Order: sequence, then C-alpha cells, then structure tokens
Amino acid sequence: MRRVVVTGLGLVTPLGADVETAWANILAGKSGAGQITRFDTEGQKCTIACEVKPADHEYGFDPNKRVDHKVQRQVDPFIIYGIDAAGQALEDAGLTEMTEEESYRAGLSIGSGIGGLPGIASESLVCENKGPTRVSPHFVHGRLINLISGQVSIKYGLRGPNHAVVTACSTGAHAIGDAARMIAMDDADVMLAGGAEGAICPLGIAGFAQAKALSTRNDDPEGASRPYDKGRDGFVMGEGAGVVVLEEYEHAKARGAKIYAEVIGYGLSGDAYHVTAPHPEGSGAYRSMEMALKKSGLKPEDIDYINAHGTSTPLGDELEAGAVRRLFGDALKTVSMSSTKSAIGHLLGGAGAVESIFCILAIRDQIVPPTLNLVDPSEGLEDFDLVPLKAKKRKVKAVLNNSFGFGGTNASLIMRAVEP
Amino acid sequence: MSETAERVKKIVVEHLGVEAEKVTEEASFIDDLGADSLDIVELVMAFEEEFGVEIPDDAAEKITTVKDAIAYIDANKD
Repeated sequence: MRRVVVTGLGLVTPLGADVETAWANILAGKSGAGQITRFDTEGQKCTIACEVKPADHEYGFDPNKRVDHKVQRQVDPFIIYGIDAAGQALEDAGLTEMTEEESYRAGLSIGSGIGGLPGIASESLVCENKGPTRVSPHFVHGRLINLISGQVSIKYGLRGPNHAVVTACSTGAHAIGDAARMIAMDDADVMLAGGAEGAICPLGIAGFAQAKALSTRNDDPEGASRPYDKGRDGFVMGEGAGVVVLEEYEHAKARGAKIYAEVIGYGLSGDAYHVTAPHPEGSGAYRSMEMALKKSGLKPEDIDYINAHGTSTPLGDELEAGAVRRLFGDALKTVSMSSTKSAIGHLLGGAGAVESIFCILAIRDQIVPPTLNLVDPSEGLEDFDLVPLKAKKRKVKAVLNNSFGFGGTNASLIMRAVEP
Repeated sequence: MSETAERVKKIVVEHLGVEAEKVTEEASFIDDLGADSLDIVELVMAFEEEFGVEIPDDAAEKITTVKDAIAYIDANKD
C-alpha cells in the first residue's frame, strides 16, 4: 500500500486564523469563547460561542487574503473559512503551482457538518417575504457542503477526485481518512482534506440548544467548555476550518517537501443506537479506535497523545474515556489525553481536521495542549493524564484523534512522526 | 454623470468586486467586468430593487453593457 504523509497545514479558528497563531494561543491556555456578537441573542437559551474574530482583532480573520470579493458575497461563512484554510495548506506545502499533468493527480475531500445554515435561514425569509423571484441566483451553490472542494478546485486548478464528507462532528476526521485512502489506492498523489463549519446563527444556536447539547453557562463563557470537569453542562459552539495537504510519501520525498507526519491508521464505526446520544458502553468509539490501531500496526503503549472528542457534554466525555480505558489497559499510564474543545469550542464538521492539526503540531513541538477549565475531574477519571489547564512538554511520537457525530458515526485517526 | 449612472455603477462595483474606473458606460458585464450569467441575474435583481423597476427576462437578456442598464432604467422608472 502507498504511504500517505502530511505536507501542509491550514487553520481558521476562534484563536487565530493561521497555524502558528492558533497553536501558540492553544498552548498558552487562551480561550476563544465569549458572548455572541454576530446577532442579537435575545430569547436564546445559549448566548455564548467561540466566534472567529474579525480582521481588526489581534488574532482575527481577514477573508480578503485568499477569497475573492465576489465569492465572499455569494457564499456562506463555512466556505470562506474552508477556502482560506485550504489556501494556507497549499502554500505551506509549496503546491500552489502545478503542471496540468500534476493537477489531474491532485484532489480534494473537504466537508462540513451542517453547511450553509445561516444563508438557508436568511434566504428562506426572502422567499417567504419578498417572493421566489427575489431569491439569489447564488443561493444554492453558496450553501452546498461540497462547494469548499468545488471553489478550491477552481481557484487552484485541482482536477483530481473532488469529494466532500458530511458526517456531522466526525466530518473532518472522516475527510482526512477517506482522502488518505484515495492516495493509498492510487486515485491521487495529493489531496487537500479537512472540514469547516460556520453555523453560529440564530437557527444554529437555537437548534443545538433545543437538543440540549449546548452549555448555558452564559455568565462565564470562558469557563463554559470544561471537558471531564464535574461542572460541565454541554458544548460551546465554535466555527472555522482545518485543512491538510496529504501526499503520497515518495511524491513528497522526491520534491523535497517538508513532512509533518504520516497517516498510519484510520478507523470508522457506527453506534446503531441513538440519533444524538452515544452508545451507553461507548462500543462504537471503542471499535473505531481499535480499527485505527490495528491498521496502524501499533500497540496502545505506542500512542503518546490522544486529542479526544471530549465535547464537554455530561454523557459523552466519560463514555469516550471508558472506551479509551478498555482499549489501552495498562498503557493508560503513559498516554496523555486532552480536549482542545475547551479552548476553541466544538467546530462540528471542522473539529476532526483542526484537532488532527493540533496532534501533528504536538509531534512537531513535543508538547501536548491542555484541557482548560478542568479543575474537578469526574469520578473515575483519576488514572487519566487529562493535561489539565497547562500544556505539557513530553515525548510525542504517535497520536490518536477521535471524532464522533450525531447519527452515531465515529472516526479515529492515528498519525506518527515519519520514519524513513 | 447622471444620477442613475452613478447608482448603477455603485451596484456593479459592489456586486462584481471590480475597480470603479473599470465600470465605464461602454463596459460589457461579461467581457470586461468578469461577470457570468448568474452574476447578471443578480445585478438585474439589484437594479430592480434599487430603482423600483421591473426588468422582465426578455429585457434583461438585452442588457449586456453598463450603458444598456442605465438606458433601460431611465426609460422605465417612474
């Protein structure tokens, strides 16, 4: 099987709109949470979120850097975040210019969990109040989930596989795993893979709040996302995008590319239990991790760091931890596990990709990011190193990322420092 | 420049993201200003909204330059 490595990274997050800024803020223990500024939250049960900051903010996002003015007017925020993150990743990999021949071997697998909800909500009001003939001709293709892949392929001339994953909060991880397989199966030599989300709008917040998924710690936004802590009461909605460049190993080596890590394991499973609640024994999570581990050829004691799904919901965190304990056994003593959702919130379809990038950076810098707000861990988690409050220097050679989504869909990725 | 022309040009600049100097009266939306057929649908809707005129599809098809748009609006607005 052809080997697959990561050669480029791109991030748009509530703590920074480039890889180094976001990572520095994550390691410094900053929080991206605050009161929602984008709309009037009157009447909402939840009034807090981790918003991507405006361009004039210290670590804000300037859409004009990589997204044409006309495209910005036509598409929803998740597409804008996705185009920018993909552009960053291509620039990082040194692949913005390709020959026509190369372009046929370069594809995309960038998804989203929800897609263009803000635009669907606002345009439905136009249709209702002003009539069908006032609906924008850009309405459909400005909202569709596969239009990050579509827009990026047009902008950079990538003519290989053009794919988009939609598996709720597992999207980013599935997108990377699927894309890695396309390279392994010789469908492409280069794949841009990841996920994006931009669903912080009245309908998005209301919908998740009504599903009892969101924290309502409205008077303490920075303390609201607290995975594994007894005081947790739901997740904090985030937004942004994470995109990586995946590349066939020999292809990367031949052009002298900087290689961050190798994707060595991918696991997928379904709970077949409930639309929103995880399986009570965490069996889907267990099987997803087990499959990734088996594919990787590693043993549990080889894994140094787990970036957990850990959303800060009362049910989910402990079930995932239980599955990790069963799979890792004695190796629990040597692994560190944290949830960066404590800092940037839950990026839904973007989460798995953004968190995989944090895993890769943990390998690069030999440091694991903290779980913020973890002051009073739930009972039964005493034997875990959950990296509370502060980043921790340690050996990081192999990492595991977990992402689980509504519908009972699970994905796990294992990456490792490259061994020649 | 007439008042209609100024308002038309402002809409074109905003929708197509082009520099104001490029929006001459002779400029063709597609050939000179980088618009596609969907952009023209959107522009026509914006003109309708701005000037309170109705531009039926057969008339919209004949609007290919900035000048065409200004002329149609001047001839049909109240």
